[in-house]
Amino acid sequence: MIAAYLVLLIPFAGILFFAFAGHKQETGRLNVRFNAVTLAATVWLAINVLNNGTLLSSGKAFIVDSFNVYLIVLTAFIGLTTAIFSAPYMAHEKQLGKLTEKRLKLYYSMYQGFMLAMYLVLTTNNMGVMWVAMEGATLATVLLVSLYRTPESIEAAWKYFILCGVGIAQALFGTILLYYAAVQIGDGDNALLWSVLFDNARQLNPEILEIAFVFMLIGYGTKIGLVPLHNWLPDAHSEGPTPMSAVLSGLLLNDALYAVVRNKMLVDGATQSNLAGLLMMGFGMLSFLVAALFLHRQKDIKRLFSYSSIEHMGVMTFAFGMGGPLATFAALLHMTVHSLTKSAIFVTVGHAAQLAGTQNMERIRGLIKTQPKIGWGLLIGTVAIAGFPPFGVFTSEFLVLLATMHSYPWLAPLLLLGIGIAFAGLFRHIQPIVYGEQPEGQLPIKANLWPVMIHLALVLWLGLAIPDFLANWFSQATLLISGSMPL
Amino acid sequence: MNIEQQDFYTQAILSMAALVGLTSFLMLGQGRLLRLIFVFALQGLLLTLTTALAAYSLNSPHLYISAMMTLILKVIFIPWMLRRQVLLMNMHRDVEALKNNTAVMLGGAGLMVFSYYVLHPIVQTSSAIMLNALAVSLSVVLLGMLLMISHRQAVAHVVGFMAIENGLFFAAIVATKGMPMVVELGVAFDVLVAAVLFGIFFFHIRTSIDSLDVDRMNRLHEVDQ
Repeated sequence: MIAAYLVLLIPFAGILFFAFAGHKQETGRLNVRFNAVTLAATVWLAINVLNNGTLLSSGKAFIVDSFNVYLIVLTAFIGLTTAIFSAPYMAHEKQLGKLTEKRLKLYYSMYQGFMLAMYLVLTTNNMGVMWVAMEGATLATVLLVSLYRTPESIEAAWKYFILCGVGIAQALFGTILLYYAAVQIGDGDNALLWSVLFDNARQLNPEILEIAFVFMLIGYGTKIGLVPLHNWLPDAHSEGPTPMSAVLSGLLLNDALYAVVRNKMLVDGATQSNLAGLLMMGFGMLSFLVAALFLHRQKDIKRLFSYSSIEHMGVMTFAFGMGGPLATFAALLHMTVHSLTKSAIFVTVGHAAQLAGTQNMERIRGLIKTQPKIGWGLLIGTVAIAGFPPFGVFTSEFLVLLATMHSYPWLAPLLLLGIGIAFAGLFRHIQPIVYGEQPEGQLPIKANLWPVMIHLALVLWLGLAIPDFLANWFSQATLLISGSMPL
Repeated sequence: MNIEQQDFYTQAILSMAALVGLTSFLMLGQGRLLRLIFVFALQGLLLTLTTALAAYSLNSPHLYISAMMTLILKVIFIPWMLRRQVLLMNMHRDVEALKNNTAVMLGGAGLMVFSYYVLHPIVQTSSAIMLNALAVSLSVVLLGMLLMISHRQAVAHVVGFMAIENGLFFAAIVATKGMPMVVELGVAFDVLVAAVLFGIFFFHIRTSIDSLDVDRMNRLHEVDQ
């Protein structure tokens, strides 16, 4: 359990350190080190869980099981690679005069704050604390979205703040209802602990939990970016600094979905029906289709990929909602590969936008000619996210499709159609960006593409062969969520 | 069971719920920002009294801490901050023209009925006080959202946002004697940070569009112009 405390303490120390030490030349590299140490702690934690099974801290305040431990490692990993990318990127933004030292201090401090909130969402055993941490993540990122202080970024941050704040308030109402149902069967102090609730899920009042779940789905769904509550997401992604888009897409959306799935497990236990799952399927499918259509009319490159995030979150919500071992396994795999691919894409997109000096796709052209590494990175990333074999996204989407054909065959054509539309939407924009005529006066910039290469290599690896320990891990998590083993 | 047959605590809580609901309606129809903030502070005060009452009657001393936090945050700090902003921006004379006051109020009434309808399945499992308290808190949440939709000023949006939190707190206190302490502290911390951030945002919005009228924040569009 010490490892779990370390995972929380290191980012906390990071917030204080960056807030008080101020900004210096090497702050970016220190941020990398903070994240590297956290990653080491999470790996230690993962090994513990692998050897000993579910860990519950002595006061039952924290729980680490096979479901959240891989998300914790994934969070730390993406946190580290994004930090590696953000150090030179932010230094470049400062050179361009877009940012001051004070803002950079805020940026690094809040970067750690965001990571802390993410780890807290994942490790806590208390559904109330989970809500607090989720809201904390909003508060930590809201100033980062407006980091450039342009009227657009302030507007985006305000929208993000209000919509996510109001949305997530619904989740708190759901949590209160859950607590109300729990107090009726047990003592008040432990009534919000997930492990206690899960053990007694059958005794919880099903009617109250049904109502509670609707509120939770709306609340956390705002954060996942489910249509029609998605409006904040493209704005926040396009106006905030690019490293922020990478972690928002790669981590925050996952964690919100994680909160919904944890709640779904309780509701399923209480109602003994798939009502919660059907709701998730509906929202997921709607988000998937709407986002796929919206991909076509984007002009801003970061908005394009934020719609792609909504689309993929829709697929995951759909798959988790469908339930069943195969769909759950596919959803867990999709969570992993989407996070890896999407954060890699945002890294290249950030460099591409810096290179062209704009985010407008009509003016980013000929990347392969100007700086081949960035161009190829973007192209391969897009190929991967569009679901081409042999990348991991293909594998997981294929599994989702298989599960759909098995359980709800009439939904499979919709899913295929959506994948087709999204594929067309991505490539009609990306093709001229990477191959088109190179505009005058663009010079190569200093770019760190290691994160991209590592992420894409991992996604490729996951597509070709899932290593044994990971497959085993996903199977354990699937067993926990859906009650039976896949395959 | 008739209300006269209930014990004193139940009667008092039900009256409080009615008053909290009333303040939400008062806020909804209010066009002047300073009065809006005053009514909001009043709602916070009612919430503080409810919490103190629950702490006394149910003999759960940790609710006194919640009451103190509510008093400091919702009755003193946030209204003070908002009032300062309004005076600074010289907006206290502005009457915010609600486009259709009658429709908004009717919508509010509809939301209250809707809250009772949504929570009706709970009635089998609990007493009348639970159903009323939960339904009123849900309607305060929904009325807060309606307030945010119908008003244009950023200050009114913040009041709506905080009123939503008030509704949630009311539900937590009345239905379940308050959440566990760690959750309450966490939520209070979030509210405090949110309030500070709102202050920072007022400053930025003002410098960027020279007004706090949110309708003028319209640069980000989905559709091409």
